[in-house]
Amino acid sequence: MHRLWKEFSKGLWKELPPFRVLLGLCPTLAVTSSAENGLGMGLAVVFVLTLSNLIVSLLRKMIPPKVRIACFILIAASLVVTVELLMQAYVYPLYQTLGIFVPLIVVNCLILGRAEAFASKNPVLPSVADALGMGLGFTLSLTFLGGIRELLGNGTVFGVPMTWDSFQPLSIMVQAPGAFLALGLILAAMNAFSNWYSRRHEETPPRALEAITSCSSLGAEPMVVLNGDDANGNGNGANGR
Amino acid sequence: MDYFLLVITAVFISNIVLVQYLGACPFMGTSKAVSVALGMGGAVIFVMTLATALTWPIQHWLLLPYRVEYLQTIVFILVIASLVQLVEMFLRKFVPPLYESLGIFLPLITTNCAVLGVAILVQRSEYSFIRGVVFSLASGAGFLLALVIIAAIRERLDTAPVPRVFKGTPVALITAGMMSLAFYAFRGMGG
Repeated sequence: MHRLWKEFSKGLWKELPPFRVLLGLCPTLAVTSSAENGLGMGLAVVFVLTLSNLIVSLLRKMIPPKVRIACFILIAASLVVTVELLMQAYVYPLYQTLGIFVPLIVVNCLILGRAEAFASKNPVLPSVADALGMGLGFTLSLTFLGGIRELLGNGTVFGVPMTWDSFQPLSIMVQAPGAFLALGLILAAMNAFSNWYSRRHEETPPRALEAITSCSSLGAEPMVVLNGDDANGNGNGANGR
Repeated sequence: MDYFLLVITAVFISNIVLVQYLGACPFMGTSKAVSVALGMGGAVIFVMTLATALTWPIQHWLLLPYRVEYLQTIVFILVIASLVQLVEMFLRKFVPPLYESLGIFLPLITTNCAVLGVAILVQRSEYSFIRGVVFSLASGAGFLLALVIIAAIRERLDTAPVPRVFKGTPVALITAGMMSLAFYAFRGMGG
C-alpha cells in the first residue's frame, strides 16, 4: 500500500507533468486557452494513460524488446480511437474545440514515456497507480494553466466572470504567444519556489529543470550523444534509462 | 499564385510551431545548437512530405470507400512509424552522406506530433493531393525556420546573464512566446 501511494503521489509534485517533467508540451500549450478545455484534455489523457499502462504492464513479458515502441504506439492508438468515438458521442462540443489534439494524444510523450519508463518494467497495480498519479497531475496542471490564461485573457474562469468591471482582458493570453509566456513564467516560479523550499529545509535543491529531457529523446538512443548535458540528468523518471 | 499564398500561409501566417503549437516538444528539445536544429528540421521536412504523400492515397482509396474513417489515427501513426523505419534503412543503404546528416534525427520523428498533425490537418482541410503535399512541404519549412531561429537565439542566451530561476527551459519558452508574437504580425497579410 505504501509503495502504491509513493507511485501515485510522485506524479502530483516530484515529477509533476508537464511543469517538472516537460512531457506532452503540445496539448499543454494548445488546449489551455480555457480552464474547461484543459480539464477535458486532462481527463482524456487520464483515460488513455491508465488503460495503456494497464495493458502494457499486463503484456510486458510478451512484448519483444525490439518492437516495443511500435507495440506501445499501437496500444495507445487503439485507446485514442476509443476516446475519440466516446467524445463524439457524449461531449461533441468539447471534441470540436479540442479538434486535432484529440487524435494527437497518441503521440503525447507522456503516454509513451510512462509505458517505456514504468509500465513495461513494473507489475500491474503500481503501473496503474503511476498512471493515475501522473494523469491527475497532468489534469490539474492543465486546468491551472488554462484557468490562469482564461482569467488574464478573458476575465473568466470556467466561464464564470471573476474580475472587476473596468478590467481590460489581455487577449494575447488566450492566443498562441500567451501559452508560451504563461508556461515559461510558471516554470520559473516553480524553480524559485523549489530553491526557496530547499534552502529553508536545508536539503540539496532538486534537479534543475534543464536536466529534464523532452520526449524527443524517447526510444532513440542517439539522442544521448546529441545533447549529452540533458542525457546526464536522465534519471528524472520521464525516461529513466 | 494560389500555391504561393498556401506556402506563405503555412510558413508564416499559421506557422506550425509558433501559431498552431504542433511539434513543441522537439522545438524545445532539439533547439540548443543551430547545427542540430538544421538536421532535425531537414528530417522533419523530408518525413512530413512523404507522410502526406502516403497517407493521402490511403485515406481516399482505402478508409473513405470502406467507411472506416474512424481508424484514421491508428492507420496514420502506423504508416508514419513504418515510413520512418523504411526511410532510415533506405538512407543508410543507398545514400550514406544524407544518412550521416539526417539519420540520427529520424527515430525522434515518430513521436513528433507535427508529422501526424499535418497528415491529419491535410485530411481535415480536404486538400487535393498536390495541394496537400505542397502544404506539408511548406509546413516542414516553417518548422525548420522556427527551429533554426530559436536555436540561434538560445546559443546567444547561453552566454547572457539570465536570472537563475529562468535559466534553461523557462527563458526558452518566453523567447518562443516573443517569436510567436512576432509571427502574429503576419496575420494581417493573406486572408
